[in-house]
Amino acid sequence: MSPGLKLSITRRYRFAASHRLYSPAFSEEENKQLYGKCGNPYGHGHNYVVEVTVSGPVDPATGMVANLGELDPFVEQEIIEPFDRKYLNEQVSEFRENVPTTENVCREIYRRLKDFPTARLERVRIEETGNNSFEFSDDSGEAQAAP
Amino acid sequence: MIRVTRRLEFSAAHFYHNPKFSADENRRIFGKCNNPHGHGHNYILEVTVAGEPDPRTGMVLDLKELKEILQREVAERMDHRHLNYEVPELAGKIPTCENIAAVIWQLLEPKITKGRLDRVRVYESPDLFADCTKETNGAHRGAQP
Repeated sequence: MSPGLKLSITRRYRFAASHRLYSPAFSEEENKQLYGKCGNPYGHGHNYVVEVTVSGPVDPATGMVANLGELDPFVEQEIIEPFDRKYLNEQVSEFRENVPTTENVCREIYRRLKDFPTARLERVRIEETGNNSFEFSDDSGEAQAAP
Repeated sequence: MIRVTRRLEFSAAHFYHNPKFSADENRRIFGKCNNPHGHGHNYILEVTVAGEPDPRTGMVLDLKELKEILQREVAERMDHRHLNYEVPELAGKIPTCENIAAVIWQLLEPKITKGRLDRVRVYESPDLFADCTKETNGAHRGAQP
C-alpha cells in the first residue's frame, strides 16, 4: 500500500456527569451574567460523548493503528472510571481549581490520554449535548488544563 | 476551498485472523473479531472531495458522477460481500476499517478528476471509524505496505 497516506481511528465513548459553571474570580453578579443557568448552585448534568482520535502507522500484522483491546481499557481507566456518574467540580481534582466548562474538560481528557502508548493522540472531541461540541488537538504543543 | 462529502452505505462480512499467529495469539489480539465464521457490519463510507467550485456550474464536481464512481468502485466490490474472500484489493490484509479506508482511497484517488480526494472515512459502527487522508509534512505514515 502506498506511503504518503495518513490513517487514524476514532472511537466514541460516553459518560454522564454533573457540573456547575462558577468562578470565584468573579462576583456573584458577574457569575450570574456570564454563566446564566449553568451556574445553578446545585449543578446540573449531561450525557457527554467523547470522541478519541489516534493516528499512526497501520501494523501490517493486525491491520490496525491501535487495538481497541488496548484503547478501550485505557480510556475506561483514565476517563470513564474517574468521570462517569461524578460531580466534576468536586470529584475530579482538576476542576476544584478550574471551571469545568467542556473546553476545560476537553483539555483535561486530552492531557489524561496523551500518553497512550501505541498510537499518537490526535484529537479529543466532546459532545456536551447533541447541539454543541468542543474539540482539542495539540497543535501548539500545549496540553495542560487551563491555569 | 470547498469540501463536498458524499455518503454510501454498504453491508459486508469480515473477521480478523493472521495465519502467522497461533490460534491463541489470534484470539488474544483480535478477541471476538477472530470468530472464523465471520460477522458483519453496515459500513458507512464518507468521501470528501476538496476544490474550488467551477464558476460556470457552481460545483466542485458533479455529485451524480461521484455517486456513480462510489457505486462502481466501492459498492460493486464490497456491498454484500465477504471482505476476507471476495475483495482482491484486501487479499492478504486484515480487513480492519483502517485497511478498508486505505484501499478505498487508492481505488478512488485516480478516478476523481475534478477537485481532489481530501478524506475517506469508514464507519464500522456509529462508535468507530477510520480516516484516511494525505500525509502532510511531519505527520505519521499510515498505510501498511
